[in-house]
Amino acid sequence: MSPRRSISSAIGNSPVGRGSGRLRAALRPATSSAGRYFGKHQSLSVLVGMAVATAILPLVVLIPPFSGFGGQNDFVDGFASAGVFVLLAVGLNVVVGLAGLLDLGYAAFFAIGAYTYAYGASPFSGLDVPFWPMLLVGAAVAAMAGLLLGAPTLRLRGDYLAIVTLGFGEIVPVVFLNADKYTNGTNGISALYQPALPAIGDFGFINPWPYYITVAAIIAVAMMLLYRLEDSRLGRAWMAVREDELAAASMGINTVTTKLLAFAIGASTSGLAGVFYASKLGLVSPSQFGFTISFTVLAMVVLGGMGNIWGVAIGAFVVYEIQSQGLKQLNNFVASSGIPPIHIGFVNVDLSAVNFLDYQFLLYGLALVGMMLLRPEGLFPSRRRKQELHDVDDAGASNQELVEA
Amino acid sequence: MDAGILTQQAFNALTIGAMYALIALGYTMVYGIIELINFAHGDVFMVGSFVTLWLLSTFGVQGAINDPPRLTIMLIVMFAFTMTVMGLVGVVIERFAYRPLRNAPRLAPLITAIGVSFILQNIIQVTFSNSPVNVPRVIEPQAGATVQLPQFAVANFQVTASPVTFAYSHIFIIVLAVSLMVALQLFVGRTRLGRAMRSTAIDREAAQLMGVDINTTIALTFFIGSALAGAAGVAWALNYGTTKFDIGFQAGLKSFTAAVLGGIGNTTGAALGGFLIAFIEVFSSQLGYSRWSEAIVFSILILVLVFRPTGLLGQRLAERA
Repeated sequence: MSPRRSISSAIGNSPVGRGSGRLRAALRPATSSAGRYFGKHQSLSVLVGMAVATAILPLVVLIPPFSGFGGQNDFVDGFASAGVFVLLAVGLNVVVGLAGLLDLGYAAFFAIGAYTYAYGASPFSGLDVPFWPMLLVGAAVAAMAGLLLGAPTLRLRGDYLAIVTLGFGEIVPVVFLNADKYTNGTNGISALYQPALPAIGDFGFINPWPYYITVAAIIAVAMMLLYRLEDSRLGRAWMAVREDELAAASMGINTVTTKLLAFAIGASTSGLAGVFYASKLGLVSPSQFGFTISFTVLAMVVLGGMGNIWGVAIGAFVVYEIQSQGLKQLNNFVASSGIPPIHIGFVNVDLSAVNFLDYQFLLYGLALVGMMLLRPEGLFPSRRRKQELHDVDDAGASNQELVEA
Repeated sequence: MDAGILTQQAFNALTIGAMYALIALGYTMVYGIIELINFAHGDVFMVGSFVTLWLLSTFGVQGAINDPPRLTIMLIVMFAFTMTVMGLVGVVIERFAYRPLRNAPRLAPLITAIGVSFILQNIIQVTFSNSPVNVPRVIEPQAGATVQLPQFAVANFQVTASPVTFAYSHIFIIVLAVSLMVALQLFVGRTRLGRAMRSTAIDREAAQLMGVDINTTIALTFFIGSALAGAAGVAWALNYGTTKFDIGFQAGLKSFTAAVLGGIGNTTGAALGGFLIAFIEVFSSQLGYSRWSEAIVFSILILVLVFRPTGLLGQRLAERA
C-alpha cells in the first residue's frame, strides 16, 4: 500500500466525525479533470501552457484597443513585472491556498529575497555573484527566514498566526529602513548588477525581453515544482491540515513540520520573486515592500481561486494588468470619450474627472468581500476546493469554543 | 535625570493609552463573541475621526471654543453623534460582511474583514484627501495646568524637574476613556443584555436555547465596540488635531497588540494592554529609539503570542487547532 493510499483509507475508516467529509474530499486524488492527459501530466501542461502564453502575450500589441497603449517593449516590460506578482501569488498560494495558513506579511520574504540580491551583486557590498546562483541563494535565505518566523509561531491558531505574520511584515521593512549602516536606510541599495546570460540577449534597462523570458522560465519551473508538491504526500498533508488540523494530527501527520514546510516553500518562492524583482529594477529600498504588497498578493490569490496553481497565476496576472494598465487606460478612455457629467438630484457624477486609479483598493475590497460571500472558491476554483466549500455535510460545523467577553 | 520630563511623558502615555484601550475594547469584545479578528476595526476608528471632522465643518467650527457651556454641548454632540454613526457602521459591516460567513471556514471572514478595511480606507481617501487633514481642536490645545515638581537630590544624584503641563484636552480624554470603560464593565456585568453577551460568548448554542437572540446580541457587540472606536477617533482628533485615511492600520495593529497583551476576550485586559503599549511606545521614543518603537511593539505582540497566548489577564484560551 502506498503512503498516499494509506492516509486516505485510514481517514476514511476513522471515526473522526466532523470535518472528515471535507478531509476525504481533500485527500481524493484529483484525476477527474477534463483534460485527463494534462491532468496527469501537470509538468507538461505547465511547460506547454507557459510556452504558449509567453509566445502569445507579446502579440497583444497587434490587437486594436491594446495597440494604442504603447509599443511592444512597453507591454513586454509590463508583463515581466507582472511575472513577479505571478511568482509571489503562486508562492502565497502554497501557504494560504494549500495549507490554509493566512500569511499577511508575505512581502517580508519578498524584501528579504530582494535585499539578498542587493548584497550579493552590487557596489554597496562589493560582491558580484552572478544572477543565477543568487536566485537560489535568495530563495534559500527567504526560506530560512520563513523557518525562523514559522518555528515559534506556527503552533498558534490561524487568526493569531495572521496577526503575527502581519507584525513580521511590518518589522522587516522597519529594520531595513533603520539599520542604515547595513542597508543604506531610506535610499536603499542601488546600481545592482544585471543578470547575464548570452543566450537570451543583453539584459539592460532598455531591452525588456531577456527579463520577460527569464521570469517566464522561473515561473514555469516554480509551477512545475509546486504541482509536483501538491500531488505529493506533503501536498496531501497540507490539505488535510487545512481542512481539519486535529483530524490530520490524529492520522499521524506531523502538523508543525507540515505547516513549517508550507511556510518555507512559500517564502522561498517569494525570495525568488524578490531576487528577480531587484535585478530587474536595479535598486531596492524599504518603501517597496510595505503591507500593500502583501495584501495585493493575497487579493490575487483569493480572486484566482485559492489552491489552484494555474488559477492563482492567471488571477495575479489579470489583477496586476488591471492595476498597472487597465485603470490608467480607463482614465484615458473616459476622459477622451466625452461622457457628459450626469446630474441626479444632488449628485453630480462627472466620470471624466474621476481618477480610477484612486479606487484601486476599493475594487480590491469589494472583490475580496464579494468573492468570499458569493464565490469563495475564486474565479478559477480548484476542483477539490470547490467540492469542500460546497460540502453540505459540513455546513453546520463551526468552532463553538468561545472565549468569555 | 529629569522627573518633570518623566511625568510629562507618563501623562502623554496615559492619553495615548486611553485611545488604544478604547480601540482594543472593540477588538476584544468582537473576538470574545465570534472569534474574529476584525481587521476593519482600526479603520472604523479612523472613519470616526473623519465623522468628527465632517460634523465640525458642518457646524462651522474653526478652532478652539472658549465658552465653557458651548464647549460642553459641542463635545457631547461630537461624541454622541460620532459614536452612534460608527456604532451603526459596525452593525452594517457585521450584517453584510461577517454574518453570512458565520459558519464558513475561518479564513473567509478574515479575508472579508481585510476587504472591508480596504473599502473604508478608500472611501475616506477619495471623499476627503490623500494627505493628512486638519481637524479643529475644540479644546484649546495650549490650555492646561502647569505644575512644578520639587527638585531634590539623593546623595550626589541630582533630580531636576522641568515644569509639567497637564493639558485640559488630555485630562478630558483620559477621564472620558476611563468613564466609558467603567460604563462598559457595568453594562456587561450588570445588565440583561450584558449577560446575553457573556453567555453568547461562552456557548452560542446554549445561549440560544435559553432564549438569547444571537443575531441581536452579536450586532449589539459590534455596535458597542465600534462606538468605542468612534470615541477613540474623536479623542484622536482632539489630541492631534489632524487625521489621515491610513491612521487606522497602525493604530489598529497597536490596539490589537494591546488586546492580546491584556488577554484577548478580557475587557479589563484590553484597557490594561492599551496603557502598557502606550507606555512602551512613549518611553522607547524618550530613550531615543523612536524609529524602532513600531518594531518594538510588534515584537512584543509576537513574543506574547508565542510565549503567553492568553495574555496577562486571559485565563481561558485553550490551545486549539
